[in-house]
Amino acid sequence: MRFDLEVIASWIEPGAKVLDLGCGEGDLLFFLKTEKNIHCTGIDFEETNIAKCIEKGLSALQGDINEEVKDYADQCFDYVVLSQTLQQVYQPDALLKDLLRIGRKVVVSFPNFSHWGCRLQLLFQAQAPKTNQLPYTWYNSPNIRVITIKDFIKFSKEFGFSIIRQTAINTHNDNRQGNIIHFLPELRATYGIFLIGRTHN
Amino acid sequence: MPPESIGQVTTQFFNIPTAITLESGGTLKHTIIAYETYGSLNSDKSNAILICHALSGDAHVAGYHENAAKPGWWEIMVGPGKPIDTDRFFVICSNIIGSCMGSSGPSSINPATEEPYALTFPLVTVGDMVKAQKQLVDFLEIPKLLSVIGGSIGGMQTLEWSVRYPEMVFSAVPLATTLRHSALGIAFNEVARQSIMADPNWNNGNYYAAKKPDLGLAVARMIGHITYLSDESMRNKFGRRLQNKTDFSFNFDADFQVESYLRYQGSKFVNRFDANSFLYITKAADYFDMTLTQKDGTPSFSGAKAKYLVVSFTSDWLYPTRKSKAMVKLMKKHEIDVSFCEIEAQWGHDAFLLPNDRLSSLLKGFLERMASEFTGVS
Repeated sequence: MRFDLEVIASWIEPGAKVLDLGCGEGDLLFFLKTEKNIHCTGIDFEETNIAKCIEKGLSALQGDINEEVKDYADQCFDYVVLSQTLQQVYQPDALLKDLLRIGRKVVVSFPNFSHWGCRLQLLFQAQAPKTNQLPYTWYNSPNIRVITIKDFIKFSKEFGFSIIRQTAINTHNDNRQGNIIHFLPELRATYGIFLIGRTHN
Repeated sequence: MPPESIGQVTTQFFNIPTAITLESGGTLKHTIIAYETYGSLNSDKSNAILICHALSGDAHVAGYHENAAKPGWWEIMVGPGKPIDTDRFFVICSNIIGSCMGSSGPSSINPATEEPYALTFPLVTVGDMVKAQKQLVDFLEIPKLLSVIGGSIGGMQTLEWSVRYPEMVFSAVPLATTLRHSALGIAFNEVARQSIMADPNWNNGNYYAAKKPDLGLAVARMIGHITYLSDESMRNKFGRRLQNKTDFSFNFDADFQVESYLRYQGSKFVNRFDANSFLYITKAADYFDMTLTQKDGTPSFSGAKAKYLVVSFTSDWLYPTRKSKAMVKLMKKHEIDVSFCEIEAQWGHDAFLLPNDRLSSLLKGFLERMASEFTGVS
């Protein structure tokens, strides 16, 4: 399983009800179900991914996450997970609003664009950065949003949600291994992972 | 007989001991249900799967009848080691009432008159069909079905089962189906029915001792086949290719392969199906509407307890994906455990009956999970 998913899995307590958006082949869900007895559902756009999930014995829906989340009742999930997908969303603010409506807590992870590798490529090569986390060229990249850890924290204040927990990680080996970054995360982390919730005034 | 087949099977008959009150207000005093079962029911009765057939189907899902060359209609899906594995599951399929494949329908003999019912047979709904099936499941002493599976009108029955008898349905797999018939679906059915009723041999349904309305029924079937295919599948299967000729005939013979195909399907159908049954079942499909609230005012799926697997096919224009999505949307609103997959397939509505690795693996995975999660009647 991807290292960021391991971190996310460690945040979710056994027995919780989880919705995973952009669930891929269901690695996180399968882990949560088999290791933590968690009732989970995945949503993904790709038929092949959804089929893999169902074959594995997971509950999964094929569809566009932006549309699918609208059908759920308020607060019907304990956790909604949006891992490595935010940078591909056309209207992140609208989506997050829906996620905070249907989930008590929302987990968001994204590639950190202020990693030194990105900065150096911009500075010395004057080209849009291409990294292990963002391996595309500008014209074929599905990653239409450029987000940094600092951006997301700023966004939380502007948008008005609270950050319950946050971790920065550095990953290698196809993101399968990694470590948690405490010192200079904005510069050294390849991913930021946040647990957010609605602000209660 | 291929080794992976269930082998020789026979149809059995069950007489429902009581009269059935129908949604129309009418009653059926004597109802016979034709059914087949494969595999064996385990000791805790946790492995029973009910399969619901579509418009022209029957109870003969898999295996071979004595001296028959062709197997049942879903042989690819049902049998030892197949997705609906008869080594593991106890599989039941019954012929719907209103049909002509062994269960009571307009061509059955009315015991009161000793004549075929014809149009005196009461109109039945999908709900009535399910009500009759429930009597069979009770007779087989199965308190809760592991799964109910069906495509098209069989999918309507599957949905109906899960809502009408929520305590008896642990999981449900509606394939290539809809919560309610669209105007397009009703329109095609109406043209098909008009074709039958316009045949002079139809004679208000009283043709059992005379010539049958074969022409009308054949055209009705041809219309049906157009809806089961798709623009894409017709283009791939036939295009504008000519049938056994190099030039047009300049008369009204079947020049094109697609004409020849439809004529063949139509003429083949009249040998095995009753025109009145066609009228009854298409009407039942038209009446079907699960979006209606129940009599006590609660929305349809509010009481459903089943876990669902909904499947649609990209080229199905009779029950397109948006129909399945509407179903899924409603289930999500009611916090029902539902999985949904749209399978890329070019064969139109018929795709659910054709060999499809994706559908096989979905069903296999889903049933595996259901078998492990099954809980009996609480």
